[in-house]
Amino acid sequence: MATSSAVGTKAKAKIKRIEVAESYKKLIRRKINYIILFFVIVLIIAGIAVALGCFPLSVSAVYSIIFHGLSTQTLGDESIWLLRLPRIILAILVGFGLAAAGTMMQGALKNPLASPFTLGIAAGAAFGASLALFLAEGAVVSEYLLVGCAFFFALIPTFIIMLLTRFRRATPETMVLAGIGMLYLFGAFQGLVQFISSPTTVQAAVIFGVGTLARASWLQVIPAAIVLICFVPLLMWKAWDVNILGAGDEAAESMGVNTARTRVLVMLITTILTAGLVCFTGTIGFIGLITPHICRMFMGGDNRFLIPVAGFFGAALLLGADTVARTVVAPESIPVGILVSLIAGPLFLIMLLSKKGGYL
Amino acid sequence: MRLKVKDMEFGYASVTILKNVTMELAESEVLGVVGPNGAGKSTLIRCIDRIISPQKGSILVDGTDIKTMSSTDRAKKIGYVPQGVSQAFPTTVFDTVLMGRRPHFGWWSRKEDNEKVLDMLEMLNLEQFAMRGINELSGGQQQKVFLARALTQEADILLLDEPVSALDIRHQLEVLNVIRSVVKESGISVMISIHDLNLASRFTDRLLLMYNGTVFATGPSSSVLTHDNIKQVYGVEANVSMHGGRNYIAPDKPVE
Repeated sequence: MATSSAVGTKAKAKIKRIEVAESYKKLIRRKINYIILFFVIVLIIAGIAVALGCFPLSVSAVYSIIFHGLSTQTLGDESIWLLRLPRIILAILVGFGLAAAGTMMQGALKNPLASPFTLGIAAGAAFGASLALFLAEGAVVSEYLLVGCAFFFALIPTFIIMLLTRFRRATPETMVLAGIGMLYLFGAFQGLVQFISSPTTVQAAVIFGVGTLARASWLQVIPAAIVLICFVPLLMWKAWDVNILGAGDEAAESMGVNTARTRVLVMLITTILTAGLVCFTGTIGFIGLITPHICRMFMGGDNRFLIPVAGFFGAALLLGADTVARTVVAPESIPVGILVSLIAGPLFLIMLLSKKGGYL
Repeated sequence: MRLKVKDMEFGYASVTILKNVTMELAESEVLGVVGPNGAGKSTLIRCIDRIISPQKGSILVDGTDIKTMSSTDRAKKIGYVPQGVSQAFPTTVFDTVLMGRRPHFGWWSRKEDNEKVLDMLEMLNLEQFAMRGINELSGGQQQKVFLARALTQEADILLLDEPVSALDIRHQLEVLNVIRSVVKESGISVMISIHDLNLASRFTDRLLLMYNGTVFATGPSSSVLTHDNIKQVYGVEANVSMHGGRNYIAPDKPVE
């Protein structure tokens, strides 16, 4: 009797074990399915967006132009190949990059409020753009000066935070607070420059401040794509260690993660990634803050899956918002940053109210 | 000796926390660290795992100075469960325990890593929670998950800082029993700081009584938890009784 019941318990334990292993596999498969799902959603939105626009073309005409390439040099060709396509691709790249950067910033700093905005990166870029516009006062600002200034000053806040961590331990609290300090400092610089600029310059600076894809061209798409291809894999590489940072610094150290070095490295990667994108579009900051939260609600916190899902979600969000922005009041377009916040803000609140798990 | 600490000293700018701490930990030994609040129990444990660096003295693990080890090598030798840990973003119990395999795989877990996690979940009776979020669990269950995480690390030395002080008596006994059975099965060495002197007496092989950053006494509970030691270190009058070769304490009143 005794032996048979022992065999019974053993068999039960084995069944339980297989069940757990199976449900873990299922969980992984579900997460991979989400990645595929959001990738497909991006493709679908892109397919629709390319057919919409103020230049009157039928859907079939649009697709025949795309498949024939930029050959005949008609107005229709140009509006698709030189306006719509670069704008759509830039929206995808920027949406993906900002969401991926926000995901890892929040993870590495263990702070749900961390984003390109809260760490001063966007404020730096906005100041750089204002400065470029002021320097070119009256004349048409050179694209290189604007982008260069925005990129350069977007890097400054992070480098100042890095300098601080040489004197103080790089705890998340120090870094987030220093970032907020930078946000206000560069906000003040920007205010000062705008105060002495002319009204038209200020208006251009405001558009940069909320973010727009209206100036999209292949000259922006190519560098933005290079930035993304270089830095998103680096984020993916650090994703597992950032997961472990979530367990607390002391526990992470005991599992062999160098917490300070990981945090500084992730900050550097996300900063260059963010700066390399917002210098073209202006500060579309809300995507980096909100997309990771929305995706964490159904994906959980594993950054190895969260980066691609949040990335595609961010791309879909920005592309969808921009398509609305350039069609509702065509031929004018609303700065996309405004629409992103208008769409994502209420969506986020609804998800906060309806979520089931304990989070935030 | 698996772990040897010699003449260790640690302090912040103006305060010395640990002075001349010398101690050892043998194979398959459970060492209980006891002492009043602020005696330096947590600081000692954190120094051993290099969370903080002592100013003086040496820490040898299997004869190797811990300072010369890489963080991954150290993590293969020493596991540590800090006090009052929490998880920043939601993760499942399975993924949390899998983190303990960090020193063994780079980016994606192999089959054997997942098998190790299943072993631990089975041993600690956590299987029914495997796919639940860690934040949904009770304090006692969470503590078992963190213990499972440290155990999947497969380190020879396990440092536990107050693992049972926030738990009810049933969970206290469960967790301490698991620790005892792991020690018996796999021969690891455990250093555990613990406030409850009776639990410390019952579940450890040897005690280290700390007082003001120094080792006040060390040995079996019958020689460490004496009436005089408790009076001097805790400032408490206590009735000491012996049961099965171990001393048990019934605290009476603070010394006037």
